[in-house]
Amino acid sequence: MSKQEWPLYEVFIRSRAGLSHRHAGSVHAADDEMALSNARDTYTRRTEGVSIWVVRSEQIVASDPAETAAFFEPAEDKIYRHPTFYEIPDEVENL
Amino acid sequence: MYTQGLDQAGKRDAAARGEETAAQLDAFQARIDAEEKIEAKDWMPEAYRRTLIRQISQHAHSEIIGMQPEGNWLTRAPSLKRKAILLAKVQDEAGHGLYLYSAAETLGVSRDQMVGDLLSGKAKYSSIFNYPTLNWADIGAIGWLVDGAAIMNQIPLCRCSYGPYSRAMVRVCKEESFHQRQGYELMLTLCRGTAEQKAMAQDALNRFWWPALMMFGPNDAISGHSAQSMAWKIKRFSNDELRQKFIDVTVPQAEFLGLTVPDDKLKFNEETGHYEHSDIDWQEFFDVIAGNGPCNKQRLAKRCKAQDDGAWVREAARAYADKKAAAAAAA
Repeated sequence: MSKQEWPLYEVFIRSRAGLSHRHAGSVHAADDEMALSNARDTYTRRTEGVSIWVVRSEQIVASDPAETAAFFEPAEDKIYRHPTFYEIPDEVENL
Repeated sequence: MYTQGLDQAGKRDAAARGEETAAQLDAFQARIDAEEKIEAKDWMPEAYRRTLIRQISQHAHSEIIGMQPEGNWLTRAPSLKRKAILLAKVQDEAGHGLYLYSAAETLGVSRDQMVGDLLSGKAKYSSIFNYPTLNWADIGAIGWLVDGAAIMNQIPLCRCSYGPYSRAMVRVCKEESFHQRQGYELMLTLCRGTAEQKAMAQDALNRFWWPALMMFGPNDAISGHSAQSMAWKIKRFSNDELRQKFIDVTVPQAEFLGLTVPDDKLKFNEETGHYEHSDIDWQEFFDVIAGNGPCNKQRLAKRCKAQDDGAWVREAARAYADKKAAAAAAA
């Protein structure tokens, strides 16, 4: 066993131009450059990507699942943010 | 490639620690019953977490050890085409192992811990990889039967309740079909070749048929841990259901090859629409699981040696990264 494990990186892949990067999984690597090539070898063996982002897992800042309800609560009661909130007579077109 | 769910039974003591309230457990089960996916940082019962860690890491280890029987033929593949295909397949197995380790790590276990458990012999891996690959047709038989059985097992796992595992399985399943088809095509080529080549294919089927059926794990009657995994929707079908499905689709494939399945009691039951088969020699299965299969020691020794031989590379890469980081900080 190595005395110290290589750091963990999260891998995000853009499958083709025009789409955003999407989380694919993670890899271990000694440094950023190796993380990119490991991510390529692990997650794009069949041309699944045209661009890869890797980021040290410890650098990800995430919301807390236990707080999900409270955290997203401010959006829950603002139904007037949706177009369906507004009643428009059927005769009015293009709206 | 495959998960056998080997030793989940009898180790479910964590939940008994009493830190989990009935309300928490009920709420969790309600999410599962509503087909909600559980994600890495979500609350989950300790037993669910441990079951998954065990299953996913065993599955990962199987992929990693599974490279050995096939790797055995890389330098002796009969053509450049077959060699390139086999290399790609073995590389896929490594990839599958890595997807799965990555999924298991989301549950809070480290890669080093899992690899350490494999190398120390504490962790298990699928029984099938403890059988030797004696002739070239074995490579065909593995792709066709072993990967075929793996697909049967893994397709339901794509709907597993744990998000990271199910996503890894979707990725694996997409690649697995290539493995099975190249194996069948290899068998077909041999079966259409000389009598000697066809005999090799028959020999491979004779040796791999029963071990492939054992891949689904023990009979339902003695597989004690299935019920909880089913309730948690980690497992969707029982061992016997999946095994029957595999037999039903595979026997006609063998017939097309002109090969004989090595089971004199095998017969199609018109009423049930299923094949009936002989009893499986479970003693052999348990012997292999216990470490006494034909290649257990060899497989583990080879994996340990690879780990040891690579130590200086890992350390050098670390040192290089540290040096670069220091230089960047000084600049």
